[in-house]
Amino acid sequence: MKVETQPKPDVIKGNENYSRLDKLIEEYKEKEGSLITVLHQAQKIFGHLPREVQIYIAEKMGIPFPEVYGVVSFYSLFSMKPRGKYTIEVCMGTACYVKGAQHILEQLKKELNVQPGEITPDRRFTIETTRCKGACSLAPIIAIGKDIYSKVKPEMTKDILNNYE
Amino acid sequence: MNQQKKLLICSGASCISSGANKIKAVLEEQIARHNLTSKFEIVETGCMGSCDLGPLMVVSPEGIFYHSLKPRDIKDIAEKHFVNGQIVEGLLYKDPVTGKQIPKIDDIPFFQKQTKIALRNCGRIHPININDYLAVKGYQALQKVLHEMAPEEVIHEIKISGLRGRGGGGFPTGIKWEITRKSELKLEDQTKYVICNADEGDPGAFMDRSILEGDPHSVIEAMVIAGYVIGARQGYVYIRAEYPLAIERLEAAIKAARKYGALGENIFDSGFDFDVEVRIGAGAFVCGEETALIHSIQGGRGEPRPKPPFPAAKGLWNKPTLINNVETLANIPVIILRGGNWYSRFGIESSRGTKVFALSGDINNTGLIEVPMGTSLRTIIYELGGGIPGNKGFKAALIGGPSGGVLTAQHLDLPLDYNTLAKTGAMIGSGGLVIMDENSCMVDIAKFYLDFIQDESCGKCTPCRIGTKRMLEILKRIISGKGKTNDLVELEDLGRLIKETSLCGLGMSAPNPVLSTLKNFRDEYEAHIQEKICPAGVCESLRKTTKKPKAEGGVK
Repeated sequence: MKVETQPKPDVIKGNENYSRLDKLIEEYKEKEGSLITVLHQAQKIFGHLPREVQIYIAEKMGIPFPEVYGVVSFYSLFSMKPRGKYTIEVCMGTACYVKGAQHILEQLKKELNVQPGEITPDRRFTIETTRCKGACSLAPIIAIGKDIYSKVKPEMTKDILNNYE
Repeated sequence: MNQQKKLLICSGASCISSGANKIKAVLEEQIARHNLTSKFEIVETGCMGSCDLGPLMVVSPEGIFYHSLKPRDIKDIAEKHFVNGQIVEGLLYKDPVTGKQIPKIDDIPFFQKQTKIALRNCGRIHPININDYLAVKGYQALQKVLHEMAPEEVIHEIKISGLRGRGGGGFPTGIKWEITRKSELKLEDQTKYVICNADEGDPGAFMDRSILEGDPHSVIEAMVIAGYVIGARQGYVYIRAEYPLAIERLEAAIKAARKYGALGENIFDSGFDFDVEVRIGAGAFVCGEETALIHSIQGGRGEPRPKPPFPAAKGLWNKPTLINNVETLANIPVIILRGGNWYSRFGIESSRGTKVFALSGDINNTGLIEVPMGTSLRTIIYELGGGIPGNKGFKAALIGGPSGGVLTAQHLDLPLDYNTLAKTGAMIGSGGLVIMDENSCMVDIAKFYLDFIQDESCGKCTPCRIGTKRMLEILKRIISGKGKTNDLVELEDLGRLIKETSLCGLGMSAPNPVLSTLKNFRDEYEAHIQEKICPAGVCESLRKTTKKPKAEGGVK
């Protein structure tokens, strides 16, 4: 069985991401039930939550690693795989589905040549399907970062993607 | 004449995606250019409801309603309307039936036919600015409760209002408050908690998002009142991460409330302490279930547990906990101020007050509406919703999300309330209404919901984890043209079994969309299996029929 280890000290030392994570853990360590909050922030820092970061958080917060892993794997917004610079969220809620979200997803998959959850070779995009962003009146929608594109048609995706360098 | 006019810009998430921020920027520029800053105040508001018409602007107090605005329209409005006092007719709402222009928001049927109680401030005030909230009697209910009312009196008022949980459960709110208040701890520790459930996971539902974006103070105020009544000093709002704007506004409103003294220690010099913290979800539908939600606030996997004990007895960190949904809470301050009797005058027997619905799908006016409980689906679709696009026939309304069912043409005149809907096999749910026209396939939509449930099942109990998977396999088989004669019976058997044996609400209601479509559109399932035909022409592996689909057409 693989023995779980922390990232090597030379990786951590001087690594700005880990010092930011340290500060974060310090802030939340004493607060009851703050693991999910810490994981959200850590994902912002590292872009995703690789195993070594989970182990680091577990040790620093005094929570068993399997528990941390259990939480990360439970929630769909936590990713253990690297994500592209931009995540394209294709809403697959009912209203978007009824209005043809499936076709938009197919088009994006074809255009970027990746499956949902995967990253494009140029590391620019990851496609994710999401369950309802609550913008149902504008269905179908896709979201890239803070931008929401409404009443999207498959032929519009190319122009939309061109907005992201 | 010198009164300052307000320019209300709808800044709900939908209008922002339609470009409301740009409109606001141009408006500021134009107001400055024409030296009108002393005459006009720009107010960013929460959702006004008519999301499909965004971006929107209302010139208040007259209530002139401009819609579908483009930046260049603003220049026109500034020159003609603001400087010369002439309404720009081309940008007004045009009634699609009569073709007549309707200048004032209150005269437009979509707004005219609504009764706004939970949404009373949405689209009318700045969501965060506490002075705006105070100007509409904000925090007066809290003042009244803290200084003039005993907890029992508050409970009594809510009981007579007849308010029931708006998140879908429909449990009487007053009784829930009473049970949690009376829930005594055997320990010396008397800690209790209030939780606001803002994990609005049903796809097609955006009532709670809009309330938090448009009027977060009303929810905060209600939480403090709840804390005072049950004896809690700490509240949590559990909100889904998919709603960044609602989170941002709620957090800003909490800060403003603390500064004003409506949160924190010794609120309004009453000696009562209460504070609210925001906890953000991480993408799990099951967390809307209260015991799963509690586990998630505690930082763990959002898995449900068997009930009893109910959260009122053993909730967050095993302490008695009151959990109410956003919309339920938004009703509380106004019930306190105007009285339970006033509230109970709306709606019908056993379902009092109003309900917010989110309209989407194949309907002309998509958006948010609030109507008295018991309003018929026909009124909602054809009067408020403006009917079905392209004059197509109405086939079904999906109500209650993945836990609900379908309502069909034969249900158009039923009153929408908790009890009537329960009898049809559907449920009012949290209020998402997705309308589907004659071109939609009911087997396909059942598969969509089951796919959703499969994805979101937490996996803790077998009926939900494996049972829904088996059901999904059958549906996929039917859709791909390989359906067997026995499949429908098996779907029904499995559905019944899952309903009876699942651990939590998610599993217990998971088969509903299948059972409900099967009950109402059995012939459509049979066509898929026996004739290998998809009557609506949606399922690609099957032939399209030339038969007229079952739908109600041309209803006006």
